[in-house]
Amino acid sequence: MSTWRIARLIAAKDLRIELRSRVVTNQVLPFAALVMVMFAFALDNDAVLTRVAPGLVWLATMFSMLVLVQRTFAVESADGALDALQVAGVRPGGIFLGKSLALAVELAVLEVVLLIAAVVLYQADVAGSGVVLLVATFVAATTGLAFVGTLYGGLAAGAKGRETLLPLLMLPVVAPVLIGATRATEAAFGTNGATSSEGWPWVGLLVLFAALFGLGGTLAFGSLIDE
Amino acid sequence: MTPTPTPSPGRTAVARPTGTRFTRVLGAAVILGMAWLVLFGLFLSPNDEKQKAGVRILYIHVPTAWLAYLAFIVTGISSAAYLVKRTRSLTWDRIAGASAEIGVLFMGITLVTGSLWGRISWGIFWTWDSRLTTTAFLFVTYIGYLAVRNLGGTHQQRARRSAIIALLAVLEVPLVHFSVKWWRPLHQQESVAEGKLSGLMLFSLFVGLIAFTLLYVWLLLHRQRVLAMEDALDDQGLDVALAERRAEGAQV
Repeated sequence: MSTWRIARLIAAKDLRIELRSRVVTNQVLPFAALVMVMFAFALDNDAVLTRVAPGLVWLATMFSMLVLVQRTFAVESADGALDALQVAGVRPGGIFLGKSLALAVELAVLEVVLLIAAVVLYQADVAGSGVVLLVATFVAATTGLAFVGTLYGGLAAGAKGRETLLPLLMLPVVAPVLIGATRATEAAFGTNGATSSEGWPWVGLLVLFAALFGLGGTLAFGSLIDE
Repeated sequence: MTPTPTPSPGRTAVARPTGTRFTRVLGAAVILGMAWLVLFGLFLSPNDEKQKAGVRILYIHVPTAWLAYLAFIVTGISSAAYLVKRTRSLTWDRIAGASAEIGVLFMGITLVTGSLWGRISWGIFWTWDSRLTTTAFLFVTYIGYLAVRNLGGTHQQRARRSAIIALLAVLEVPLVHFSVKWWRPLHQQESVAEGKLSGLMLFSLFVGLIAFTLLYVWLLLHRQRVLAMEDALDDQGLDVALAERRAEGAQV
């Protein structure tokens, strides 16, 4: 079986589980929305909220992603499914790509909700010319985040006490995504007079990030989950 | 209850010091170097025109910063050496771990001395320039690395896992550095005022560099040996437990 086919099967399995269990829709999405409301309480100023909306969208994405990543590997480690997959001789690269794909889809849903929340709650405004940039930013950033999340989530899966390790390991790694995606989204929103041409170099950074961690993850994942 | 016969899987209780003749000489050199640094750093070198005595912090700040970077480079190289099949040995893993510990320690000193110096010369403890931010991220990243080392499992599992995390950190650091650099392009470029130091000041800085380099090597050698002994204790502890169980079985 080709690696790509394995990846598709695993992704389909993950998404089917999420569709049926509704943990993402019933718990993670409300949590993300809650974070957006809490930001408004903390910052308490409409002008400031509009100004920092792009950053808050991505910050909320990353916090919610911690929950998502733990969820996506809790599914695997509950019945020793990850070990079973390996014993069955499923290529780790395929598992990595499949879990990343499923995580990326979940993240994309999450980001759309957060984006709508930013528009509704923070009066963020998407300029017509910024739509292409916005979509490119979200695709690139989501891919990178999904790769990093799967890579470190795989490491933290299984054993006790590792859940607390995930934020410490993952958040410093995704800092470039936070910076890059925030700047690019600001450009797309036209926050502070930024124009969409300013956003494209940042998209380049996000693509580079995704490519590096996609490659690194495909190579290293097998060794990380091997217990 | 009958007294359990003491198992004897080798001489476990013999204290094996981590010092050798070389490290003792090195240790003496470290003490001398530090005394030399105190002499030049605190007494013989002059005050700076602007920073006054505040400049003396640099004699610790700069060497610890450089050595922390060196320590992380050593961690990266040893981790790669572990992953390459031809050179695979737990010694590389222990060197990587020991070096990362010292690197985190030195980087912590760098951050503390740096913010103190910043308060004196810039009036603020922290500024978001790329060098400072990258340094802070390095610090956190290697704290995470050390946490991964303590996840448990066999020595080989620990070694492979942490080696991969160390190499991922090598991937991460440039990305963080460049993204932060782009994020704040126009900021304090010369956080280290190397160009402004002259004569005795520069000499004191080099004294500091030598003293801390010796300290790094000394710590690395000792720490690496302590880690080796911990691993040996783990292995032997298992043997001891096995022997005890067997002895119990024999009594029944």
